[in-house]
Formats: sequence, C-alpha cells, structure tokens
Amino acid sequence: MNAPIRFDDVHRRFGSRAVLCGLSLEVRPGEVYALLGRNGAGKTTAMRILLGFLAPMQGSSALLGVDSRVLSAQVRERVGLVSEGHALYGWMTVADVLEFEAGTRERFDLAHARTLRERLGLDPRAKVAKLSRGQRAQLSLLAATCGRPDVLVLDDPAMGLDPVVRRDLLGVMIDLLSDTGASVLFSTHILSDVERIADRVGILHDGRLIVDASLEDLKRRVTTCFVRGGDRAELERTIPRCLRARKTAAGHELFLLDIADDTRRALAAAGGSDALGVAPSLEDLFVELTADAAPTIAHEHEVAR
Amino acid sequence: MLFRVDPSSSEPIFEQIVFRVKHAVAGGSLKSGDRLPSVRELAKDLAINPNTVARAYESLESDGVIVRRHGSGCFVSERGNALSNSERKRRLDDLVQRLVTEGFHLGFGARELRDALSERLSSAPLPTKREP
Repeated sequence: MNAPIRFDDVHRRFGSRAVLCGLSLEVRPGEVYALLGRNGAGKTTAMRILLGFLAPMQGSSALLGVDSRVLSAQVRERVGLVSEGHALYGWMTVADVLEFEAGTRERFDLAHARTLRERLGLDPRAKVAKLSRGQRAQLSLLAATCGRPDVLVLDDPAMGLDPVVRRDLLGVMIDLLSDTGASVLFSTHILSDVERIADRVGILHDGRLIVDASLEDLKRRVTTCFVRGGDRAELERTIPRCLRARKTAAGHELFLLDIADDTRRALAAAGGSDALGVAPSLEDLFVELTADAAPTIAHEHEVAR
Repeated sequence: MLFRVDPSSSEPIFEQIVFRVKHAVAGGSLKSGDRLPSVRELAKDLAINPNTVARAYESLESDGVIVRRHGSGCFVSERGNALSNSERKRRLDDLVQRLVTEGFHLGFGARELRDALSERLSSAPLPTKREP
C-alpha cells in the first residue's frame, strides 16, 4: 500500500524567508511519525501544506494517495486534525461540538465519543469558551479520533498541557491506534511523549529533515563518547560518521553514528577515548543537532527503514 | 501490570518487554497457561505505542515463549521452547560470548565470571533442567 502521508521535495518561502527547502518524508500505514524541530522550523507550514491549506512553491505532498492541492470531501472525511491552539467555536457546548462532528462526518462514532467524554470528565453543557486549555485539547482530540480517521494529523497537541492531561491524550491516541491502525503525523516539543508513542522520528531544521529514522535505529546506532582535548572542527572532519563534537570542560563529547573499527582507530589517533559508547537521550541528540548548522543523518548516512 | 518499561532507556521498548516477560517466566511469576494482557491493555498500562507491544508479542511468539490463541489472547506457552536444539545451542553460545566480552571490559577475569554465574544460578529459582 502507498504511504498515507507523503512529502516529495516540498519548498515554501514566505517573502524572502525560506521555511521549507526540499522536505521529503513518508509515513507508512499504521506508523506513528513524530515531527520535531525548534520553533519556526516549519512543522506547522508542512502540516498546512499536507492538508491543502497552503500551496507548496515546488514539490508536492499527498494524503491517502491524493495530491494535497485537490483533496476531496471524501478524503478529508478520513483525516482527523488537531490544530495548534485547538480551533473550536467558543459559543458551542461540549455536547454541541461532538454532535456537530457527528453531523458532518459519516464515520463519526458518537456513542464512543460520549463514553470517552465521560471518562475524561468533560461536562457536556460546558461552553467551549469556558474550558481550560487542557479540556479544549481533550475535546479536540476526541472530536478528531472519534471520526475513525485513517490518518491523524496533530500539530503540537501537547502544547501547554500538564503531564496528567498529556497522559490522557496518549490514552486516547493508544485507543485509536489499537482500534484502527491509523497512521499518525504529530509535532511536539515533549520528547518523553515521543519516546513512548513514536515509531519514527524526523527532525526538521533549516527547512530540511536532518534526521529521519526509526526510534529504535536511533537508540541502537547513535552513541556518544569522550575525547580529551582536540579541536572540534578537526574531530568532526576526521572521525568517521561523527555527527557532532561538543566542547566540554576536559575535551569533546562526540556524537557518533555506527561505531566500527574505523571509528575506533580514528578515536585512538585523536588522543584516545576512555569511555565506551553511551547512547544519548533523544533530548540530548535533538539539542546537539539543532543548536546551529547541523549535519544530516537522514540522507548522507542513510539511517533508513 | 506485570512490569514497567523505561521509554527513555537506550534499550528499545520492545526489547524491554520481551526481556521482562521472559524474566517473569524464568522466575516463575508467569506460569504456563497464564494469559498475558491484550496488546491494547498493555499499551494503555504502559502508555506506549500498541505497535511496539504487538511487535514484542510477535517476537515472544516466534521464540516459543507465548502462544496466540485466536480470539482469546496470548498465553504463556506450555512447551519449554519451540526452537530447534541447534538454534538453542547457538543462542546460548552468543549469550555466553557476550557475558565473557562485556565481563572482560568491566575488568573481570575467568574465575570471577564463573563465580558470578554460579552464584546467580544458585539464588535463582530456575529448575536444574528444563525440557525443551
């Protein structure tokens, strides 16, 4: 089956600012893909292009095999969306929102939505305008998932939510994934959620994906080790598959992909490493790779499926 | 819930699940015929991706640790192991090799490794022989 979500060399600029410069990625059927990047990296722009709200200047994207620029109502019905800030009408009540969704989407499961609403403790008579940020997030994810979507697109659904509400949201997502095997593309800054729920991780930086890998590949293949002294640029140039050298008090910490014999030889020549490889946390890796101009794991080193 | 996992560990979550279940079976807290939680139940308990749980169960099934009965779930296998004798022997050799290699890098010699292994075996509730 074709990838339900696909970006193919997508470019987009706003005025003179290039936001996306050749974004290519695929989300496979049933896969949960976490799109990471610093603020302003282009995550929201990418999602808006995918949903057909914004046109790419070059390249294309497709949802469920249909070009994003010509999505029909039938395709949109199969897509659940949670947008940044949870766009909902303030004058509606919680019950109104669910009934509205049920009226516009044939596949919407109103009974299931009511059960979930009760479990999350949302008052059906409460006006949306009076809900807390967390409650609005819950309602909007509930509305998106109870439409039994084949594809779920979530733009920073956890923004500003406390850990308890975030765990509830994960529970709603886990239910959807268990029931339907939907494909999910979501953006977030909460890397501990990513470690729980993502199959695959992409890091968007300077308009391109600098990482596109399964979480397990990253854990298995990226390690760090320390070198005493040394010069940062020299280390990055001479150590094979060195993604990044970070200056520390005593020398440098190296972020390495696939340590092999050539790495060990180069490390010994560079003054020796006294530590065995330790895997960095996703957060450490993210910070190192996106702190400024960064190397590319996805393309140059083929951290592939 | 039988166990916890650490999503931020460098060990992939699915390997953690596989190991925890094997550990529970070896230690006797899971017995032949015991039912495992469904994929959804375990995913929700641990707050992790159900795809990951499903993959862990597939791996446990192919190792013969659990059996899947259609419609009723996954159960701890009755038989000891579905693998051939030569495959079991090969995997044991791999494990021993890893123990020796990692032990060497930790600075332990042959006698210390031997002692550690027999100490673990005498304290673990492992039967002296397990029929395949």
